[in-house]
Amino acid sequence: MDFELNEDQIAFADMARAFAQNEMEPHAAEWDQEQLFPVEVLRKAGELGFCGLYSSEDVGGLGLSRLDASIIFEQLAMGCTSTTAFITIHNMATWMIDAFGNEQTRQAWCPDLTAGQKLASYCLTEPNAGSDAASLKTSARRDGDDYVLNGSKIFISGAGSTDVLVVMARTGEEGPKGISAFAVDAKAAGITYGRKEDKMGWNSQPTRMITFEDVRVPASALLGNEGDGFKIAMKGLDGGRINIATCSVGTAQAALNKATEYMHERKQFGKSLASFQALQFKLADMATDLVAARQMVRLAASKLDAGHADKTTYCAMAKRFATDACYDICDEALQIFGGNGYIKEYPMERYLRDNRVHRILEGTNEIMRVIISRRLLMQDAAEIL
Amino acid sequence: MKVLVAVKRVLDHNVKVRVKSDHSDVDLTNIKMALNPFCEIAVEEAVRLKEAGIATEVVVMSIGPKAVQEQIRTALALGADRGIQIETDTMPESLSVAKLIAKVVEDERPSLIILGKQAIDSDNNQTGQMLAALTGMGQGTFASDVEIQDNEALVTREVDGGLQTVALRLPAIVTSDLRLNEPRYASLPNIMKAKKKPLDVKSAAELGIELRAHTELLKVEPPAERQGGIKVASVEELVDKLKNEAKVI
Ligand SMILES: Cc1cc2nc3c(=O)[nH]c(=O)nc-3n(C[C@H](O)[C@H](O)[C@H](O)COP(=O)(O)OP(=O)(O)OC[C@H]3O[C@@H](n4cnc5c(N)ncnc54)[C@H](O)[C@@H]3O)c2cc1C
Repeated sequence: MDFELNEDQIAFADMARAFAQNEMEPHAAEWDQEQLFPVEVLRKAGELGFCGLYSSEDVGGLGLSRLDASIIFEQLAMGCTSTTAFITIHNMATWMIDAFGNEQTRQAWCPDLTAGQKLASYCLTEPNAGSDAASLKTSARRDGDDYVLNGSKIFISGAGSTDVLVVMARTGEEGPKGISAFAVDAKAAGITYGRKEDKMGWNSQPTRMITFEDVRVPASALLGNEGDGFKIAMKGLDGGRINIATCSVGTAQAALNKATEYMHERKQFGKSLASFQALQFKLADMATDLVAARQMVRLAASKLDAGHADKTTYCAMAKRFATDACYDICDEALQIFGGNGYIKEYPMERYLRDNRVHRILEGTNEIMRVIISRRLLMQDAAEIL
Repeated sequence: MKVLVAVKRVLDHNVKVRVKSDHSDVDLTNIKMALNPFCEIAVEEAVRLKEAGIATEVVVMSIGPKAVQEQIRTALALGADRGIQIETDTMPESLSVAKLIAKVVEDERPSLIILGKQAIDSDNNQTGQMLAALTGMGQGTFASDVEIQDNEALVTREVDGGLQTVALRLPAIVTSDLRLNEPRYASLPNIMKAKKKPLDVKSAAELGIELRAHTELLKVEPPAERQGGIKVASVEELVDKLKNEAKVI
């Protein structure tokens, strides 16, 4: 077992950090305030390889491991949480098309997606099917060589600005087994987009409702087989949860760095904040929790890479722990900044707002506990090793 | 046309420099190291010459312990074709560096040698000049533009009060200034490919160069800590302070 980054990972991380520092961090506050989706920066990110990290090489991906991807995303998230989170969703949806699409579908979308020339959204949640995603109602009815989609999706990241939608829709019975997944052209006739949601954070990317009204999708756009859709959606989310947890870790690292600097700079009672033991201990706890969260995320990523039987449980544990712990770190870092922490001139309140949603999406942290406890309490459950 | 670029491993320009408590040197424990920014510009210029079809091969070299291979790999990821490491136990002084590069120049016979104008750690700004003296080649230092025409390099230099353009007969030496170009990011695929590019390791002894120290480092001191500012109540007070405290008027 080796806990050190290898030569490649160091080089990847160095480049990602430079990109985050130069291309994202200086603009992150403006993107947040003005609600700008930085498509040009995503294109640049694509040119450097960030848009197809774990997709296959024959469609322009890099074929990297989830662990490599996590190391890279963490550095990017230090520059802009929200934009990086979108890049991770794009990577997840791209991988789903690559891994489960037929050759025609893969070649139609993936080369442009891995290059960042086109963007992808993941469409699972519906107004009446959030945590209980398997109860989704959007229907895909077979009609000749097509499927016809009807229904609506809510809270879709990137919607309205993306080119392809990975849509989970019902082709059969009630429950998870009746669900299929499709790669749908985002501009297909019958698709309408709702207004851009006004959000607490994640403001550098649009979130919208999508309505499907008799949208014809060629049968070739089916990912996997009919009835595989829910499984495919959950496979995407195993990696998605590592990615989102990683975004929390990167943001918390940025918050910790800023708070450490501030403790040296700011003076009260004639001394620097760094000389107050209450704050020293707070900082020590933040750093300790951050390292714990990072290690847990990397462990889950390596379980996923290894195809471990309990990978889903590990991904759920990492997502639950890291997004909670890193939210708290951002909160404590904000506290160290005092009033300045609450003012938008400093990034501390943005870190907190952006990280908050990580405890909600890609499965809420309550649902993570559902996944973990279900595994623990299974009939005659094996120990989790 | 072959281009040789010599690069140096230095501490990353983003890190705060910390002086050892005994003032013997800068403390490099756990410090992030990187390619010297001026060297990065030099590599970028060479790669652009290759992309423009002017250069046919870009060779990058670095001198120092094994760790400098990291910076050679970075240069390879930026587009250089192959690397040479001259292995030494410590980082030699400028004159030794120039002698070692001169040896490599003798072996490789490049038409153009590009270096950074200086390294951001020692700020010596002399290796390129020394190399020119040792090889007898023309030098264009502080370059903000390089054009190759036939057998000449037209180098625009940033000098005090303006720009100067010199024509150098090739082979020649150019040292890069900040405005020569804006280096690209090494893409992830190029970082992966860089690992497969050839990297030769030679020792200084093999090249027949004896490393000598001509200077002795006596003491390193951090710059004086900046004092916090104050608000003055009146123009009179300001003028008084400028006269008597800052002594600038
Ligand atoms: C900014 C943003 C972006 C998003 N992007 C996407 C996207 O790109 N694609 C996509 O498909 N979805 C997306 N979502 C949707 C997100 O995944 C859902 O909001 C989330 O899964 C929760 O569903 P819900 O909002 O319906 O909450 P509900 O399911 O209604 O949950 C409400 C509360 O009840 C709790 N709860 C529910 N069931 C249980 C239970 N069994 N036990 C204990 N507690 C429970 C939940 O944890 C939560 O606290 C996004 C959401 C947001 C806010």
